[in-house]
Amino acid sequence: MLTFMASDSEEDACNERTSLMSAESPVPRSCQEGRQGPTDGEDAAQWGSQGREEVQEEDPDRYVCSGVPGRLPGLEEELTLKYGAKHVIMLFVPVTLCMVVVVATIKSVRFYTEKNGQLIYTPFTEDTPSVGQRLLNSVLNTLIMLSVIVVMTIFLVVLYKYRCYKFIHGWLIMSSLMLLFLFTYIYLGEVLKTYNVAMDYPTLFLVVWNFGAVGMVCIHWKGPLVLQQAYLIMISALMALVFIKYLPEWSAWVILGAISVYDLMAVLCPKGPLRMLVETAQERNEPIFPALIYSSAMVWTVGMAKPDPSSQGALQLPYDPEMEEDSCDSLGEPSYPEVLEHPLPGSPGEELEEEEERGVKLGLGDFIFYSVLVGKAAATGSGDWNTTLACFVAILIGLAWAHTPVSSGLRLQGWHVPSATHTPCHSEPRVSQGSGGDPITLSPSSGIGRLLAVFKKALPALPISIAFGLIFYFSTDNLVRPFMDTLASHQLHI
Amino acid sequence: MTAAVFFGCAFIAFGPALALYIFTIATDPLRIIFLIVGKANDGLKTINPDEPAPSMRLLAYVSGLGFGIMSGVFSFVNTLSDSLGPGTVGIHGDSPYFFLNSAFMTQVIILLHMFWGIIFFDGCEKKNWYPLLAVILTHLLVSALTFLNPQYEVSLVSAYMITVLTGIRAFFVAGGSRRSLKRYLLCQDKNFLLYSQRSR
Repeated sequence: MLTFMASDSEEDACNERTSLMSAESPVPRSCQEGRQGPTDGEDAAQWGSQGREEVQEEDPDRYVCSGVPGRLPGLEEELTLKYGAKHVIMLFVPVTLCMVVVVATIKSVRFYTEKNGQLIYTPFTEDTPSVGQRLLNSVLNTLIMLSVIVVMTIFLVVLYKYRCYKFIHGWLIMSSLMLLFLFTYIYLGEVLKTYNVAMDYPTLFLVVWNFGAVGMVCIHWKGPLVLQQAYLIMISALMALVFIKYLPEWSAWVILGAISVYDLMAVLCPKGPLRMLVETAQERNEPIFPALIYSSAMVWTVGMAKPDPSSQGALQLPYDPEMEEDSCDSLGEPSYPEVLEHPLPGSPGEELEEEEERGVKLGLGDFIFYSVLVGKAAATGSGDWNTTLACFVAILIGLAWAHTPVSSGLRLQGWHVPSATHTPCHSEPRVSQGSGGDPITLSPSSGIGRLLAVFKKALPALPISIAFGLIFYFSTDNLVRPFMDTLASHQLHI
Repeated sequence: MTAAVFFGCAFIAFGPALALYIFTIATDPLRIIFLIVGKANDGLKTINPDEPAPSMRLLAYVSGLGFGIMSGVFSFVNTLSDSLGPGTVGIHGDSPYFFLNSAFMTQVIILLHMFWGIIFFDGCEKKNWYPLLAVILTHLLVSALTFLNPQYEVSLVSAYMITVLTGIRAFFVAGGSRRSLKRYLLCQDKNFLLYSQRSR
């Protein structure tokens, strides 16, 4: 919360900067519209705000497009770096909050650690007599899960290609309805059971109804920024809890690893579904799926040479749900549809209106997988906190590393997902990734997270955090834990 | 064990570190990153013209604090979570002050790590090997003293004495002096007053 407030105040304080920066953003955006990345709103955003300036430097055409002559590349880079650090922090807070909610629930509510069946996407059981059999089953589970994800993603690409926007939109709405009402009801029920609190049905109905209805409004339409952020964090936490409950032990770890690899491939391979999505969006010059994106700032429209009072003001962006998580299972986690309203008056006058996007975006898939990793670490039988904390720190390190603004030697390339905020003058509703009643639609973006530019290549950031998290989990659980337990029991401090 | 034990020990162990974090680090995103990542890569070092680049001393302080917090957390958090559960401390004849001692020891370790970080970085900067040796040796000494547990008097008291001495040394290494301390205590330090105004 503090971070959010701080970013708001900073925005107030930096109006000049805003207007300076905004001078470049819009035009490049229109030039690069095609380059918008899809789901990766997550990536995009994060990347978008940082990278845009640098990208502009890189490409002379783009620079020309930017329409801001005389803007020093150095200044841009410095601004990028300054905002880069701030953006990293703006991501630390929500990611930390989501993980805290998940870990707190896992440690206190027994329900989410009880084995109560498995998803149909992981049909092989892990209650096998031999280790080899168990390993084989978990690998098979992973293959099935991953192929479902790939199929859903391709289905999404196909839907998008054939412009079935309404279908996707409806699907997303159904999904978010289910998540906001059903899962919340179950969660509330379990928490009340754990703490032995009596609640009557009318009160419960009122609470769940209000929570769900406000959530739908905030997510799919407009709402106060902080409320939207809070809802997205809660939704990610709920989704992560479902994953933690229904994925068997070994399968969960193998799936996490496989998702990271898949993300890497989907982003980098020429025929990857994500890439195709991006290219399609580029061809159509459309912003890509609103998807489920967590955004930490608002979009300002600042008029430049031709002030247009009607267009000024801050816009609150509704969050676009990302399909990623659809992946859920039998319960059909839906992805949330995203409809962005376009407040900008469309038009030629647009050139003079600059949008400045401040803040960073991260896809909800990232939140979910980070929380699954930390939650699984917390759920292990030994009740060890060191492992949980080590995974938490590993994920934050991966986040920071992936978001560190690159030094002048590195270029940012890759996809530019404009903030889900704008796309001036598009009358069509944004296409949301639909997960539809279907089970898993894991948007590729889920993994994609943000893009990191390293040596002229775009890399997804999720794999870095997950890789660190996995390494830290296994090494802490097997090497550090016994050692620290012995030290603590004898009160030896090293 | 009661909630009072839990909260008391938690704040004893992590209070100073938390206070340091809130007052000196939380205000600046860059410092938070240094704390977590533990190092500054080139990208982070290039700061915008508005703020001065983080100095080596700041980096030393932040990374020392980071190491201290991680070390303290890793050694104490399992004990803390056990203190919330049922049990009687020392029922088999061990010392009943197990939790208190762990908490104080953790606090001392966190502070020590911070001071050691400052002294160590300074020694590396000035290519002065004696401070490095001193840091390593004091670390070994403090750890070795804990072998004397559960005779808490010896280990805890000497650890605190070493902390005070190390703290004084770190203060002078970081550029403080008796005069600046006096000015600070008497609220005559203009730089500090201006700084604290600014951060509001």
